[in-house]
Amino acid sequence: MTHYVKTVCPYCGCGCSINLHVKNGRTVRTSPAVKDSINKGTLCIKGMLAHEFVHSPERLKTPLIKENGVFREATWDEALGIVADRFRKIKEESGGAAFGVLSSARAACEENYLMSKLARAVLATNNIDHCARL
Amino acid sequence: MAGLAKTMGAGAMTNSIEEITESQVLFVIGSNTTEQHPLIGSRVIEAVKNGAKLIVADPRRTYLAERAYIHLCLSPGTDVVLINAMINVIIEDGLFDENFIEKRTEGFEVLKQDVLQWTPERAERITGVKAEDIRRAARIYAGAERAMILYCMGITQHNCSTDNVIALSNLVMLTGNVGRPGTGLCPLRGQNNVQGACDMGALPDVLTGYQKVTDPNVREKFLRAWGAEIPDTPGLTVPEMFKAAEEGIIKAMYIIGENPAVSESHLSHVEKALAGLEFLVVQDIFLTETARFADVVLPACSFAEKDGTFTTTDRRVQRLRKAVEPLGNSKPDWQIIVELAARMGYNMTYKHPSEIMDEIASLTPSYGGISYDRLEGPGIQVPCPHKDHPGTPYLHKDSFARGKGKFIPVKYTPPAEKTDEEYPLVLTTGRVLYHYHTGTMTRKIDFLNKKCPGPFVEINPVDAQKFGISNGDVVYIKSRRGEIKAPARVTEKIKQGVVFVPFHFAEAAANYLTIDVLDPVAKTPQLKACAVNISAGGEKHGDN
Repeated sequence: MTHYVKTVCPYCGCGCSINLHVKNGRTVRTSPAVKDSINKGTLCIKGMLAHEFVHSPERLKTPLIKENGVFREATWDEALGIVADRFRKIKEESGGAAFGVLSSARAACEENYLMSKLARAVLATNNIDHCARL
Repeated sequence: MAGLAKTMGAGAMTNSIEEITESQVLFVIGSNTTEQHPLIGSRVIEAVKNGAKLIVADPRRTYLAERAYIHLCLSPGTDVVLINAMINVIIEDGLFDENFIEKRTEGFEVLKQDVLQWTPERAERITGVKAEDIRRAARIYAGAERAMILYCMGITQHNCSTDNVIALSNLVMLTGNVGRPGTGLCPLRGQNNVQGACDMGALPDVLTGYQKVTDPNVREKFLRAWGAEIPDTPGLTVPEMFKAAEEGIIKAMYIIGENPAVSESHLSHVEKALAGLEFLVVQDIFLTETARFADVVLPACSFAEKDGTFTTTDRRVQRLRKAVEPLGNSKPDWQIIVELAARMGYNMTYKHPSEIMDEIASLTPSYGGISYDRLEGPGIQVPCPHKDHPGTPYLHKDSFARGKGKFIPVKYTPPAEKTDEEYPLVLTTGRVLYHYHTGTMTRKIDFLNKKCPGPFVEINPVDAQKFGISNGDVVYIKSRRGEIKAPARVTEKIKQGVVFVPFHFAEAAANYLTIDVLDPVAKTPQLKACAVNISAGGEKHGDN
């Protein structure tokens, strides 16, 4: 059975509405949404293929930790433990000015908000930005 | 955005995509709209079919330029001169909107005096655009009842980006083309959620809704909501962060969903900065060029695997909906941030992104009326201050966000790097239709790779002949900062003296060449102009 979910194209800022067609838990096709959409049933070539990179074999599927210059797979528990420890230590030694946080214009509003909250309330820095200038 | 904030008080597209087809004149400057914002590009064409006149200012003969009523083929970085000369003509001919200027603006007399010097003839010598064409364009723009300006990185990625935007605002206010449907000044945002990331305060000087970190009342409000002191001085922008990292001031970085190792200017500096960090965490869906520098890589899931909202270039907050389960052990970015915060002893309790949006609405006047139950339909355009507010299709209706609109005369600042004997050509960078930003996503897609497999450099036939280059030759492009290799596309679609390289391709990253000079206010890098030379490499490239 195929069903589709209405969402927003992940590329440029136009915000075209797309239907992601899902079969057996995989995105198999993209079509332009017609109702309640700025694009009214049209879509560019990138948008028409928006589902394709979702299941790319190159997707990262597990946390990685670098040891002696080489990445190895790790659990979330271990990876987040290391990040928290190192961040805490650097904050204690050098303060918030030692952090730089790059949020993302590809991440959702809610995620950008939490990055700002994490930078300011947890890491004690205003050094947060994203690629608005690029 | 800094320019718009100064003149009108709000840094966003003033009008809506929907209104493009209502305009009688469209002035597109520094935007290859058809390839970068295909939907908007098609609306511009639709408007032209309906009888709108299209003016395009661009050093390249883009798809829209070919279909324009007038194509102003200017030299990169001379936009201020072109716009000032258009203003000069409009004032000279008495085509300005006296009523609008009187009621809604301040500073007109100063502007009027200042632009006297910018005759179209003087502008022709600097921009390379014929004085007569400048006059025609100015008269067409000023003669319309409803004219809209669309601009993009060709305006903002310069050492004078703030001035470029201020010059455009002057033109808009001079002719009263703002505060009504089908008019306005519209920066096109290149990424699906740039507007949202800005609105959410992923910026060094502001919290959500552009509330300044320097304002004690704002800090007090967030202290109460977040239970933590907000540092009171603005932080560093991306290019400044990499400088600080190189100097050892920044020791740790946390980078999500960005690939600065390809997208930033003057890449060799960025690579040095990343390599020198004490600790680097990268959170992404692929092992990007940037992630390779990381100590820890955290796997995020893609847009298809999570709920959330994106805010479009025309300020519309839309729902992103989860279609499939996260791949492998990947997690949504918001969940990773929540878990990391918890491990650092800071409690964030959200079961779903809708609860995060409720918190955003409670702290952000322009998002005050946004909640997930209202986003089921076409979304809502911010500002939307309360639950009963329908949203705002166009800004500055009865007054500007800053009260009166302000005319500010702007001086011409030439690009920071001039061409000379050694580096005689101007390099400008951009995107192509088939790829997106650093190619992290699109280069995984076979069809798009077939359509545009790799890097290239566009060069005018006259220059090609001068440097002994034929179509398809692999050539070396060199600046004072680096060198890349790419096949040449000899085409009349690019102005003489200018070459173009797309920045999608890591193997010939245009940003090894670009200069890391910044606009003094907006801190935008001058990606759209630097001096290069080009030489034949001897090889022939296949069918590029």
